[in-house]
Amino acid sequence: MNELTFETPSIEYRLLMPMLIVFGVAVLGVLIEAFMGRPWRHETQLGLAVAGLVAAFVSVVTLAGENTVAAMGSVAVDGPALFLQGTILLLAIPGVLAAGERKVDDGGVFAPAGSSMPGSQHERLLTANKVTQTEVFPLLMFAVGGMLLFPASNDLLTMFVALEVLSLPLYLLCGLARRRRLLSQEASLKYFLLGAFSSAFFLYGMALLYGYAGTVRLSGIAQAVSTNAANETLLLIGTGLLAVGLLFKVGAVPFHAWTPDVYQGAPTPITGFMAACTKVAAFGALLRVLYVGVGGLAWEWEPVVWAVAIVTMVVGSVVAVTQTDVKRLLAYSSIAHAGFVLTGVAATDTIREDGEVLGVSSVLFYLVAYGFSTIGAFAVVTLVRDSAGEATHLSQWAGLAKRSRVTALVFAFFLAAFAGIPLTSGFTGKFAVFSAAWEGGAYPLVIVGVVSSAVAAFFYFRVVVLMFFSASASDGPTVVVPSPLTTVAIALGVAVTLMLGVYPTQVLELAGLASQFVR
Amino acid sequence: MTDFPWLTTLAMVPLVGALVVMAVPTTRTVHAKQVALGFSLVTLALTIAMSLQFDAGSDALFQFTEQHEWIPQFGVSYALGVDGIALVLIGLAAVLTPVCILASWHDVDPERRSVKGYFALLLLLETFMIGVFAATDVFLFYVLFEAMLIPMYFIIGSYGGAQRSYAAVKFLLYSLLGGLLMLGAVIGLYVASDGGPQAFLFENLLGTEMGTGTERLLFAGFFVAFAIKAPLWPVHTWLPDAAAESPPGGAVLLVGVLDKVGTFGMIRLCLPLFPDASQWATPVVLTLAVIGILYGALLAIGQTDMKRLIAYTSISHFGFIVLGIFAMTSQGQSGATLYMVNHGFSTAALFLIAGFLISRRGSGLIADFGGVQRVAPMLAGTFLVAGLSSLALPGLSSFVSEFLVLVGTYSRYEVAAVVATGGIILASLYILLMYQRTMTGEPTEHTSRMRDLTTREAWVVVPLVAVIIALGFFPQPLLEVINPAVDATMEQVGVSDPAPKVPAAGGGAR
Repeated sequence: MNELTFETPSIEYRLLMPMLIVFGVAVLGVLIEAFMGRPWRHETQLGLAVAGLVAAFVSVVTLAGENTVAAMGSVAVDGPALFLQGTILLLAIPGVLAAGERKVDDGGVFAPAGSSMPGSQHERLLTANKVTQTEVFPLLMFAVGGMLLFPASNDLLTMFVALEVLSLPLYLLCGLARRRRLLSQEASLKYFLLGAFSSAFFLYGMALLYGYAGTVRLSGIAQAVSTNAANETLLLIGTGLLAVGLLFKVGAVPFHAWTPDVYQGAPTPITGFMAACTKVAAFGALLRVLYVGVGGLAWEWEPVVWAVAIVTMVVGSVVAVTQTDVKRLLAYSSIAHAGFVLTGVAATDTIREDGEVLGVSSVLFYLVAYGFSTIGAFAVVTLVRDSAGEATHLSQWAGLAKRSRVTALVFAFFLAAFAGIPLTSGFTGKFAVFSAAWEGGAYPLVIVGVVSSAVAAFFYFRVVVLMFFSASASDGPTVVVPSPLTTVAIALGVAVTLMLGVYPTQVLELAGLASQFVR
Repeated sequence: MTDFPWLTTLAMVPLVGALVVMAVPTTRTVHAKQVALGFSLVTLALTIAMSLQFDAGSDALFQFTEQHEWIPQFGVSYALGVDGIALVLIGLAAVLTPVCILASWHDVDPERRSVKGYFALLLLLETFMIGVFAATDVFLFYVLFEAMLIPMYFIIGSYGGAQRSYAAVKFLLYSLLGGLLMLGAVIGLYVASDGGPQAFLFENLLGTEMGTGTERLLFAGFFVAFAIKAPLWPVHTWLPDAAAESPPGGAVLLVGVLDKVGTFGMIRLCLPLFPDASQWATPVVLTLAVIGILYGALLAIGQTDMKRLIAYTSISHFGFIVLGIFAMTSQGQSGATLYMVNHGFSTAALFLIAGFLISRRGSGLIADFGGVQRVAPMLAGTFLVAGLSSLALPGLSSFVSEFLVLVGTYSRYEVAAVVATGGIILASLYILLMYQRTMTGEPTEHTSRMRDLTTREAWVVVPLVAVIIALGFFPQPLLEVINPAVDATMEQVGVSDPAPKVPAAGGGAR
């Protein structure tokens, strides 16, 4: 037996800088929680988090064009990874800003202390003393760090670690709502249990793939797929289990059951952050596993992706029709959108002469478009309130345009983007994924896609009808004027949604350039 | 002045107007209206100036062309240009918008709704209408085709009658369903095309090679969208609701111009891009068109509400237009194009005068009127002229186009033409019955003090009636513009007129 030799791992700090910055800021945030006086924490944490995100984004930009691996091959620094990291960082900025909002609800959107029992004396005391929760900022930064690593992981073990790093803070954050705390805690528990379950699937799939290929490195698995014909069963079952774990994170049917409950219960800015950033990260990881790891197996997994895409689009849009809560409605809409993105994922074998992989570039573009509209839409939801907190029942939104024309118009604009009306980013995104899918021969998916879009348009425009054409109840909710934090988050959402609808050329070009994985 | 971006200017003026109108303080509603009217008149003046420079004898496919790169990754350009067909339809939109703005002067209750919002939406709609007729890039056409829905949706939903919210949603869902099917077809067309940064240009798409099955599938995608828009029987059911519930000005733009995008799309996109599939589908389309002609007319006879009645007459007329387009003869297609214009004017007059009647009486039911011609002869007289034009009385504009459509159809599809002629008889029934019930007889208690046309209303009606009579006697200028474009379309489809059976009898209006 050979003597074990131990090689000192080499770490390319420059290539890992975006993640290091974010994790560094997160650790710093923990220290601030421990040592800084309460009165200054909120501003400091918020400022630090935003500064960290901006710095990380700048370092992503400096890395543009890299196509290599780092940290002994376990982290990929390539086009899709950098594009998605940049997207996540840009999305996290409005996400953090919305989470820092303290004007719409006195003391912020989070419970003063997660550990206080709902309705207890302790909670009342904290509320009376105007205690503000600031631990959310380091938690958010840890989650962002995990999300940055997730689509960049070049081996399954790193990917699993990233999955847990991004998930654990999110489980916590979901349970921290200031209002309707029991609902929020239920959401958190549900998310945690189902998330843990899906992690187990992921882990099991990884073990089987290791058994098949003898390595967890994606390139190693790819090589084994092309050379090793034995033990196909291990490979297929392993890939399937791995896909379950990833499809759970993107919220695809039939692994979507957590989405509506969690989206409804979680504090709304966190919902928006989750809906946008988690989806971006998880689709990145899914693409990398499917295209790099088991790309040679496309013939086997393509039909599965087809099937999942079809049921996701259909179930997401049909079930959404019956929803009566605006957050649940957006949750089902996010499921439907996961289906639309999957049509792009299914477009394998669509490589252009200039090397652009249409399946990848269209998904990348869609994620940017969808992310900004989603964060903006959820931020708008936080503004419609009555005495019990956010008024999320659809009947309470009746006649909203008469109370605040601008709010109603902005929300209608986001809904139009979700519905895929031209001149919004949603349309460009849909065109990108559907044309990629057709190019890849998946035109049945396109047909199901456009029909589901028509169904989806029904419920989006039902909300528009409510807001603009229905009479408002006399005791209806009010529209709160937020602080600049939420305003900036919403404005950013509107600006990107419009820009990608009217002039998407540059982002499309960038997505095209960034569509090749390092092998 | 050939390099002057005429079409962009035409589309931008109303858009700027809409923004200016929104910037007017809410309390100054009169100023908002004047600004809106001013901008629409400037657009009209520019349209006239452009039309005077249009060269009907030119060999170019499109004139006043503009082309810029927009989304090269998708092969999309910002490309505008007009041929004769598009030019006359832009003219129709440019004339009807100021007329509608003037007609809608007092239609919005400032206590309940935003007045300037309504006029801004009308102007925004004009921008999209001009754009959609001028687009020579299929993707751009699709974008404007869909974007057009939004202002119309708000016009119906915010400013309409009692059932407005239902009507607005029905309108939007029908249109979106069609639009999304068309999106599928647009994507399919893109994949079938040669690709490249200008893949979606109309010229580049002409003669795209594709399999028979693909061509039929894509044709169906486009055609269903246009059939819903037009609307063709049996996907017409949204129109009576939408037209009856929207305010009169909105109804005119909806039925008069917006729906023409459907028939325009058939002649501009369906036929040239999918020539074989078009000919394959012709028997079905003609059957639907003929059913629509008779069905719309029969249902119009049975209506008790004036605006619904006019909406059903339009379904009948759209049947004629589709019949003319798919007859695949130059007379039929020229007639159909002329019909689009004539129908726009006569329906506009009918809707607007009906709107005046309804605002005076407070009801749209035919039974609530009677004897109006005694107390308001001008109102009744212009209503009659508009109605007679709608039933294609010789000497009024619709006659020429209806005749051309029927002659054009007869030379190839005799049965269809003969059956469709029945629509003319039914037309005289629905128009004259409505006139008889509302205008003749003794004035009732409610109609006896009805005012005649005011000066503002006269300014609305007189130009329309003048155009109806002028085009009835002298359609030649329009036909001279339309005919070359129709010939080009026929050439793209690869069909020619059937040889006349009796040599000397052919020719029609040529």
